[in-house]
Amino acid sequence: MSRRRKLYTNARLLDPASGLDVKGALLTEGDKIVDLGPKLASGNFAGDTEQIDCQGHCLSPGLIDMHVWLREPGAEHQETIATGARAAAAGGVTTMVAMPNTEPVIDEVALVEFIARRGADTAVVRILPAAAVTKGTKGEELTELGLLAQAGAVAFTDGEKPIASPRLMRRALSYATTFDLLVMQPAEEPSLAKGGVMNEGEVAARLGLAGIPAMAETIMLERDIRLLEMTNGRLHAAHLSTQDALDVVRRAKARGLKITAGAAPHNFALNELDIGDYRTFAKVKPPLRVETDRKAVVDAIADGTVDVISSAHAPQDPESKRLPFAQAEFGIIGLETLLPLTLELYHNGSVPLLKLLACLTCNPARLLKLESGRLAPGAPADLLVFDLDTPWRVDEKKFRSKAKNAPYDGRRVQGHALRTVVGGETVFQRKRES
Amino acid sequence: MLDQSDRYVDLNRAVEKKQSSLRGRTIINLFFENSTRTRTSFELAGKRLGGDVINMSVATSSVKKGETLIDTAITLNAMHPDLLVVRHQDSGAVALLAQKVGCGVINGGDGSHEHPTQALLDALTIRRRKGRLEGLLVAICGDILHSRVARSNIHLLNTMGARVRLIAPPTLLPAYAERLGVEVYHDMRKGLTDVDIVMMLRLQMERFHGSFVPSTREYFHFYGLDHEKLGFAKPDALIMHPGPMNRGIEIDTEVADDIHRSVIHEQVEMGVAVRMACLELLAQHLPNWRHSTPAGS
Repeated sequence: MSRRRKLYTNARLLDPASGLDVKGALLTEGDKIVDLGPKLASGNFAGDTEQIDCQGHCLSPGLIDMHVWLREPGAEHQETIATGARAAAAGGVTTMVAMPNTEPVIDEVALVEFIARRGADTAVVRILPAAAVTKGTKGEELTELGLLAQAGAVAFTDGEKPIASPRLMRRALSYATTFDLLVMQPAEEPSLAKGGVMNEGEVAARLGLAGIPAMAETIMLERDIRLLEMTNGRLHAAHLSTQDALDVVRRAKARGLKITAGAAPHNFALNELDIGDYRTFAKVKPPLRVETDRKAVVDAIADGTVDVISSAHAPQDPESKRLPFAQAEFGIIGLETLLPLTLELYHNGSVPLLKLLACLTCNPARLLKLESGRLAPGAPADLLVFDLDTPWRVDEKKFRSKAKNAPYDGRRVQGHALRTVVGGETVFQRKRES
Repeated sequence: MLDQSDRYVDLNRAVEKKQSSLRGRTIINLFFENSTRTRTSFELAGKRLGGDVINMSVATSSVKKGETLIDTAITLNAMHPDLLVVRHQDSGAVALLAQKVGCGVINGGDGSHEHPTQALLDALTIRRRKGRLEGLLVAICGDILHSRVARSNIHLLNTMGARVRLIAPPTLLPAYAERLGVEVYHDMRKGLTDVDIVMMLRLQMERFHGSFVPSTREYFHFYGLDHEKLGFAKPDALIMHPGPMNRGIEIDTEVADDIHRSVIHEQVEMGVAVRMACLELLAQHLPNWRHSTPAGS
């Protein structure tokens, strides 16, 4: 690692952790931030300091994406750690947490180490492994949570699979308190949701598709919160999509429970009508809900009920999506649209900019106990320079991800990453596009 | 379309049934799901109009059915059919297939979504008996949740000015069924009161995941159509069923075979006429270039 100093000048410094929003400069040395502020002037630095002119654009901590499905090992034709990382860098993401739903499932120390090593060897951004809570994500036996954490697992989840058994979930939460581990759970009661392919409601009735009731989310979340109360564990409800469930979180937080909540862009950028005429690219979990639920997610981000926005990047190959709706796989890719879709909420006046950035930086960093996610002397030089305003159209042909399964093709958005810096090194720089 | 179907009903009753409007046209019946009456009646309809009809029943493996679907569509398309009649077990599958082919496609039933020609033949049957559709009170009873016939009928009957009631236990109704523009009843006797048409649906046990009703015995007791429950409908109410019937489950044999009330066999007859009208209408809109292009060019 070079000890070279780099000065990012002429930037709008945005640090949600401290509430900083000021014009100024930021200095890094090697892989650390050493100084920042409005008074840092380029004239005070000798020629050996590389100067990077941000041209008035925003400079924030690099984004931390807590929920990404990379398909390595097992389905490298859909996505590898390397291709996912390139997509992440282009989206402004400097750290991402890889879900354990690979083949094999990440449920052993050697596999956690494998993901971490593949990340270090092949990825341009930081890859942090999440490990399974239960062996093989079968929902039967606990994995070695403590040893897996020592090996580098930053969170524990069965990924896309909810832990059905309340007894096992109680044990997991309870045992995890020993090491203060974070358990993440998709809020979906599996037997209620079984067979469902989209939100249960009028649209599903018309299309003749089996529904996933909104209630399946509330029930699972309520159950998990009761278990949290018994165990005093730490639970992150991944990707909530309904008004009811968000109200449940609101009440639980008011009671002082260690519950946090996440949201995925598709649940605040789209609603169930976007399925249209059986568009399988819009088949996703949590399912696209009704408009009132979509608005409830936006409100919950604004009032802090939602702590984290993560992409839920779930790559699928065309053969998994070019199928009748009921047979197609779930999932939307999201690394490269995470920032612009989130910024929509700023541009339409729903949520202040720093609040949105907090959901993408310091909040996930706090949950994962990371040093990054903030602009402060001593913090890792994981940075994002982004253009807040420039309008552009999403073009699936330009996705760096191996997969193209996003229902946003042609969508008009504003803002994108200009430069992504990991550990002081630029890993992505946007070329001027026509 | 119903007027044209009427003319074909007369033709079908004549000795000489052969027409020539589909001469030279190739029609493929592509059925991914078993069917007797729909396939047969499309086949007869095509043949009576002078077209060349081929039947394909695609046995589907449990996995990767969809690959078969798109591959089959592309393969068939290369053979230049003029019309495809498609049935598939998944909602939306026919529309997906239609995107991949260059010929006309008729939905012969897709999953729990739509079965438009069934609704048309039901409308024809009702109109011939009652002289109209507008203002009639129609009860659709039974397994609405899994029924493409119900969805197409709700759509058609509402469009034509009839009033639709759905009668079923809540477990066999889709969520928010009342938003489909219907009145919802859970009690057969109340629901059947003063209706002009009683449409019974088959309990689609092959689509059941888990138990929707405790037993067929209990189902028949509360929702099976017998003379006693039928007594609540208008005295001249007609009984319909898209078939195949589960006698003793959703309908009592005596009622099904009541020649004064049941028009179930007439529905089958109307099916051929309606499908002739559908095929002809679509064929009229086909581009002719496909035929004038010499082979191999």
